[in-house]
Amino acid sequence: MAAFGSFALLIALALAAYNLLAGGFALRLIATGQPARISPERLADTARRAGIAGFLAVTAAAFALIWSVFTNDFSIAYIMEHSNRALPGPYKFSAMWSGQEGSLLLWAWLLAAFGFVLRLRHKTDVKLYAYAGSILAGVQVFFLLLLNFAAPPFALLRGAIPDDGNGLNPLLQYPEMVIHPPMLYLGYVGFSVPFAFALGALMMRYPGEKWIKITRVWTLVTWLFLTAGIFLGMHWAYAVLGWGGYWGWDPVENASFMPWLTGTAFLHSVMMQEKKGMMKSWNVWLIFSTFLLTLLGTTLTRGGLVSSVHAFAQSSISTWFIVFMGIVLAVCIFTYILHRDHLKSEQHMESLVSRESSFLFNNLVLLTACFVILWGTLFPILSEYVQGTKVTVGAPFYNRVAIPIGLFLLFLTGVGPLLPWRSTSLKSIKRNFVLPVIALWAAVIVCFAVGVNPWKGGQFSSGNFYALVAFAVSAAVMTAITSEFLRGAGVISRQTGRNLAVGMWLLTRRNTRRYGGYIIHIGVVIVVVGLAGAAFNTTQEQELGLHDHMTIGPYTLEQVGATQDSNLNYNSEYAMLDVYRDGKKQFQMTPEKRVYLASQQPQTMVAIHSLPSWDLYVVYEGTNPDSGQPIIKAFLNPLVGWIWAGLVIIIWGTFIALVPSLTPQTASLRVPAVRTIPTEPVLKGGD
Amino acid sequence: MRSRWMKVAQATALAVAVCFSMGATDSNARYYDLNHRMMCTCGCAQLLGECNHVGCTQSGEELTLLRTDIASGMGDKEILAAFSTKYGATVLAAPGTHGFDLVAWIAPFAVFAAALLGTILLIKRWSGLSALKAEAAAANPQLETPADVERRDRIRRETGVDGGF
Repeated sequence: MAAFGSFALLIALALAAYNLLAGGFALRLIATGQPARISPERLADTARRAGIAGFLAVTAAAFALIWSVFTNDFSIAYIMEHSNRALPGPYKFSAMWSGQEGSLLLWAWLLAAFGFVLRLRHKTDVKLYAYAGSILAGVQVFFLLLLNFAAPPFALLRGAIPDDGNGLNPLLQYPEMVIHPPMLYLGYVGFSVPFAFALGALMMRYPGEKWIKITRVWTLVTWLFLTAGIFLGMHWAYAVLGWGGYWGWDPVENASFMPWLTGTAFLHSVMMQEKKGMMKSWNVWLIFSTFLLTLLGTTLTRGGLVSSVHAFAQSSISTWFIVFMGIVLAVCIFTYILHRDHLKSEQHMESLVSRESSFLFNNLVLLTACFVILWGTLFPILSEYVQGTKVTVGAPFYNRVAIPIGLFLLFLTGVGPLLPWRSTSLKSIKRNFVLPVIALWAAVIVCFAVGVNPWKGGQFSSGNFYALVAFAVSAAVMTAITSEFLRGAGVISRQTGRNLAVGMWLLTRRNTRRYGGYIIHIGVVIVVVGLAGAAFNTTQEQELGLHDHMTIGPYTLEQVGATQDSNLNYNSEYAMLDVYRDGKKQFQMTPEKRVYLASQQPQTMVAIHSLPSWDLYVVYEGTNPDSGQPIIKAFLNPLVGWIWAGLVIIIWGTFIALVPSLTPQTASLRVPAVRTIPTEPVLKGGD
Repeated sequence: MRSRWMKVAQATALAVAVCFSMGATDSNARYYDLNHRMMCTCGCAQLLGECNHVGCTQSGEELTLLRTDIASGMGDKEILAAFSTKYGATVLAAPGTHGFDLVAWIAPFAVFAAALLGTILLIKRWSGLSALKAEAAAANPQLETPADVERRDRIRRETGVDGGF
């Protein structure tokens, strides 16, 4: 199977190279109109077909690796290092992305799959798709070169073949790890597609903004995958690492967050290009940057340039990535300089306070946040270079710098949709902002009433202060979005005689993109409320003998037993804790510590009891070597559940935004009365 | 009137300064604050107060030292300096506020301020250009080409009922 896999990768490389060269040559012939012995259209089509065949070849290689994992083929070094016989079936899939070589193969396979779909849909716009397909082939050539020459996944083990493998990293033996990395990779790789379309459209001086419409679904789906991947990673960190948090500003986390920020900026600003012909150069560079950041993230973490708590696969491939990034950047700059006159804006902004400018400020804040994270991630390297000593840039830095920026972004989330296009008047501002401002101050008063204030124990607490601001701004943003919904739904409800809920449904269906976007914003607000809860986390650590108690918040934990268990994969020991509230037993928690047999590595398995108000989070830290008693660490983490609920709302909103709006024709068929509604003043977001 | 506003502003600034300068006096709060300003040196890349991985060889020692330092009456700066001397500069979870380290703190805000200023100036320039164009179009209606009319109609159409986000 190793030979089959290696051969499939070689074939895939040859096909990708043909796709790139033949496709590029054909497009050059078409662009210059030079005569040739072969029809350039036919040549371009052979390149496209090579791309399709390339997908089959990479799929064969991926299949070979999975097959080798499941058949315990420890003659392959990668399988020996990342799997073992007792590894449960679902985690055998995880072995594919637990190491460097497998991760790169997953990347190449996903890229080939995206390319496969793109090439099948080429009739949408044959020429543009040919450009995009050739650019994707160029990216694919890079990954296949890596897989064939720098990080081959089918390299054979030297010496005697062991009877069993080293096993999978225990941190990865968690259900979410079966889906979290593929989600992230779908996000990373997916941005290659809008990048290829943007670069292709610029190269061919594509007329109009149709390419944006074509790539909109690609970009939104990719963004959704990246968002879901990041949140799944947060949940995994929360449930597995056992420190009570979900985001540690680790370089690996930062690497995923940076392209998310620029991708989000692109999703917003691209609307300006679509609707008003503005910000064309900006958008092109946003998508170029997003793609480059996905590569940079991989370079930083996989290449070992910065240390990370969960960079599972480090090697010396950073040189390859740096060279490739240099080539990509050079191509982008060259193409941009050559065709920048094609990107002249058709319109200019007319006012500092308008929907257009809010998009620009939104982009500014998102990019500043991206810069802060990039700066923080790279500063240790910079510091070592400048002053000879490495410094740590950890959570305290990001919390001080990134949180104010994030709160400003949240503020813009509420303000933007309330501003009309082009320009606004003071009267309009007053009318649209009255309710949100009332909600903001009401939230401040409620927060003070329930004890959320910046003075904790007589001293100023920046965490509490930020939480207070976050709650207040969230209330204002939620009010702003809800009032937008209600205003539109109210008009439809009055005109059609249906109730308000139906009015909201019809309103959303008539402009899924706008109202899907609003729902995403609601999800973001819910997430922010959940994040703000972290300011009030409490923790308690105690050695608990049999029937000993510890108290945290309203709960009392009683140790009623400590026991052991084992299976073929790991040995475990865990404590059984009865949890009481107001003197009544509520439930039992069993925090656990495992030692995996193959790798002999320990791992905590946290017990979490989740409520909307808080999570009771209990870690079994092991036993005191002197007394032999279990040491229990308990956290009471307010509002964590809101973060995961927010993700669900974000996913829901994205799906709505992906659904086509009812056109006037279909709307008139389904909702006869709506045709007569004077909706314009309602749907303009206030004017 | 103006002097009254000045007094109000000064009083507010003073109140804010007092609030921010109130130091942590409670030793538990200081302990929590300081162990979240330092890293565990075992290589786990976690904050000292949050390192709980099984079998950590460093965090226990560091936390004990921290409690001892607080009990001995050392100030926050002294404690951080002592840890930095003993374990190296990487024990501090964030860059310092002197020398080149200060750049780490200044750069993000400087970039944000410059970008904000640049954006405002750009929009102002654009709005000036738009106003000039509108004046020229009003003075000479023939300047408005059919393409302009079509574009304007498209914008009106798209920013209307089904005008997207």
